[in-house]
Amino acid sequence: MIRFILIQNRAGKTRLAKWYMQFDDDEKQKLIEEVHAVVTVRDAKHTNFVEDPCGIALGPVGIIPDLPVSRSLAHLHNLFCHFRNFKIIYRRYAGLYFCICVDVNDNNLAYLEAIHNFVEVLNEYFHNVCELDLVFNFYKVYTVVDEMFLAGEIRETSQTKVLKQLLMLQSLE
Amino acid sequence: MLSTNGSRGGAGTHAWCGISSRSVEGVGCGDPRGQRMVVPSLKLQDLIEEIRGAKTQAQEREVIQKECAHIRASFRDGDPLHRHRQLAKLLYVHMLGYPAHFGQMECLKLIASPRFTDKRVGYLGAMLLLDERQDAHLLITNSIKNDLSQGIQAVQGLALCTLSTMGSAEMCRDLATEVEKLLLQPSSYVRKKAVLTAVHMIRKVPELSNIFLPPCAQLLHERHHGILLGTITLITELCERSPAALKHFRKVVPQLVKILRTLVTTGYSTEHSISGVSDPFLQVRILRLLRILGRNHEESSETMNDLLAQVATNTDTSRNAGSAVLFETVLTIMDIRSAPGLRVLAVNILGRFLLNNDKNIRYVALTSLLRMVQSDHSAVQRHRPTVVECLREPDASLSRRALELSLALVNSSNVRAMTQELQSFLESCPPDLRADCASGILLAAERFAPTKRWHIDTILRVLTTAGIYVRDDAVANLTQLIGGAQELHAYSVRRLYSALAEDISQQPLVQVAAWCIGEYGDLLLEGSCEETEPLQVEEEEVLALLEKVLQSHMSQPATRGYALTALMKLSTRLRGDSNRIRQVVSIYGSCLDVELQQRAVEYNTLFQKYDHMRAAILEKMPLVERGGSQVDGEAKESKEAQLSETALVSTEPQASKLLDLLDLLDGTSGDAQPPPPLDPSPGGALVHLLDLPGAPPPPPSIPNLRVFEREGLQLNLSFVRPSGTPALLLIMVTATNTSGADVTHFICQAAVPKSFQLQLQAPSGDTLPAQGGLPVTQLLRILNPNKAPLRLKLRLTYNHFGQSVQEIFEVNNLPVETWQ
Repeated sequence: MIRFILIQNRAGKTRLAKWYMQFDDDEKQKLIEEVHAVVTVRDAKHTNFVEDPCGIALGPVGIIPDLPVSRSLAHLHNLFCHFRNFKIIYRRYAGLYFCICVDVNDNNLAYLEAIHNFVEVLNEYFHNVCELDLVFNFYKVYTVVDEMFLAGEIRETSQTKVLKQLLMLQSLE
Repeated sequence: MLSTNGSRGGAGTHAWCGISSRSVEGVGCGDPRGQRMVVPSLKLQDLIEEIRGAKTQAQEREVIQKECAHIRASFRDGDPLHRHRQLAKLLYVHMLGYPAHFGQMECLKLIASPRFTDKRVGYLGAMLLLDERQDAHLLITNSIKNDLSQGIQAVQGLALCTLSTMGSAEMCRDLATEVEKLLLQPSSYVRKKAVLTAVHMIRKVPELSNIFLPPCAQLLHERHHGILLGTITLITELCERSPAALKHFRKVVPQLVKILRTLVTTGYSTEHSISGVSDPFLQVRILRLLRILGRNHEESSETMNDLLAQVATNTDTSRNAGSAVLFETVLTIMDIRSAPGLRVLAVNILGRFLLNNDKNIRYVALTSLLRMVQSDHSAVQRHRPTVVECLREPDASLSRRALELSLALVNSSNVRAMTQELQSFLESCPPDLRADCASGILLAAERFAPTKRWHIDTILRVLTTAGIYVRDDAVANLTQLIGGAQELHAYSVRRLYSALAEDISQQPLVQVAAWCIGEYGDLLLEGSCEETEPLQVEEEEVLALLEKVLQSHMSQPATRGYALTALMKLSTRLRGDSNRIRQVVSIYGSCLDVELQQRAVEYNTLFQKYDHMRAAILEKMPLVERGGSQVDGEAKESKEAQLSETALVSTEPQASKLLDLLDLLDGTSGDAQPPPPLDPSPGGALVHLLDLPGAPPPPPSIPNLRVFEREGLQLNLSFVRPSGTPALLLIMVTATNTSGADVTHFICQAAVPKSFQLQLQAPSGDTLPAQGGLPVTQLLRILNPNKAPLRLKLRLTYNHFGQSVQEIFEVNNLPVETWQ
């Protein structure tokens, strides 16, 4: 299951943040900063996956549920402590990092394809999309995300279908 | 495709309808005198431009605060026409990280409005601003309910989307029936969203599974990929949560197999194909569900075997999409009860992945191989060379996994080659991997060393390369190892001396070297050893080196202790005058370090008052017994030799008798006390094993053995090999007394060869009443991990007929099943 989707630029500004799990505002901010810190230092010789360095997944372990705010913050102090349960799959397109945070036992390669699929749809929809398109039309980007992903899962995989639906929605306004 | 210097024109043509008009609208600011000031409200685009135009963080904050004030005023006034624009601006500001909670109620108002534009912004706002922890979120439940039941697809879609993103448990319970109705609606657009919303609801409220289970069967017949995808996800979620659902859905395995087969062979629709693979996402999902259904279930696994083989061979892996599907197939094969040929196929696929240019694929291959190495060891061994290649990866996560996998693949046949590779890796690897690598090499060496000398060499090399990263007990292990290999003493001490002469900074190495030089200094000075080049060492050089170690600031206190003791030992080993040593020792008598000082003072006293005892005290050390780990046959025999050489004072005669017991059992046969004749007393009442009411009769798989009889006292052994632990043997010793007199103070002791582990449990008693009274039983637990032939020696002491008796004998005729 997807925990969150993040689009950031190299400077760390968030262009899109879609959360499929409950986090506090400050937790969200912290996560955004940490993802940025980890992902921007990696270059071409690194893989596109960021996991706990010890490697072997211990099976699906959920994040501690229902903790009061202060205690959950204490658990977020270390990026890799958090990432014992999840991992980040990211891809860089020009100046933007598209990051998906998933459970540890999910298929890395499949989500890498999902990111690429998503970017291709964006490209079609905005006609050679650039970062500014994402900035000025942020609400539309959210719509695209909601067409392709829902409830933390991949929803629609056909680019043509998604584009058709997006145009239909646009005509309603 | 994505460029950073974008044209603004693209943005302009997609301007939002609601705010495209350029006329100035007024926002009324509440003024107590009733005068309405008309202030132009910014369009969203303009606001974004203004924010981006701000040069500093402070400027940006200023712009935003001003705008927020306007927005707040607008909300207060309740202007319905432009509410959506205000909220949109607020959402943008929120995305940049500024607080926006005052917009929550506006979201509700917008959602309730009939206009689509309003609803759209309202729902987006709800998803971004409202979540479970806000109290206001429950208020939208009603609006969502209304929107779900009215017929407009787009609106239903919006509502479902919002529900699935931020729906709390209460909301889910309230709206479950609505969503269920939508599952069977004609419009596929809505059904798609409804299915995944159901997934979210189940995650929040597991009891709702009951509602969503029945429609799944019908939904599986869909041809629409989106719905199919959602349905499979829903079924996966149901199966993961409840074993009953899992059993229920095993029935659909054939159907799933059919769907996947159609996908792979004919290709459903071109619009779902990605890089030539038809809908890889759906394939991956189905494979995952098959994995869950086939786990631990023979029948389902069998149904899938052919299909998995087909997918594995037919998928085109030139692009990432195909590799993703193939990877998921491999994971599924590994997890279900698949045919062995299929498993080998899976490992080979992973091996192929390792050769791929794409490092992502290599990464997933290494991770999976690591999980498989225990269960399919021989299959993974075939790819060992490739794995070793991966050690040279620049990415740390890849090389770490390669290291772990390489260590897991070391066995007795490839240990030399592997250690060579790992050693060269150790020299060049990043620091955080060094500790693991070093301890891994040492562990592998310990388990698979072909010869003692190789073992010592390996440890030496590790210590010189990465001395500071080894674990603390490496020093102790090495000294014990050297001590045990008597034929290598000369060789070791020479090697260590040369290493020490070069570099005294690596503490573990210095410690071991100092110890060795102290123990075997005489061998060092002899000058000849066949295995290394001849090394002429003078006494003075040795002493100088040890003094250097003592004085160096790089030496830790423990190292200094070693050096000082070594110097002391040399005073007896070297033929020359020990004046120099005496001097050094007395200097350290006033050292600041308490440990060193104590040693120096004691040694000093040894020189002065107890010089006659010095030689005896500083003799060569006996081998220190290492707790727990396997010691091979060579070490055992040399240990026996050392034990007999040194003057071990055995305090009690009992203990020495037991020592003799042990000596006898350790391979050196024949010379010690012959066991007393074991013939049963000729005329005695040969009573068979009595039925023992107290002791539980063990299962009669191995025949019982009568091992001893004398004057009516009999000893019987019965054997049990528990099926769960093949190395374990349980022996129940039963002593019975059929004579006319009681047997008292009955003690039974046992001894086994060194490679076994013996545990005697407490006996049931120590008195055997006469005339076939209650027998005494005692349980022996013997662990035989090497499956070596069992030898057992028993010693009995008791009082009978007014005499104390002691019997020692070895048990002959032990059945083969006790140790095979």
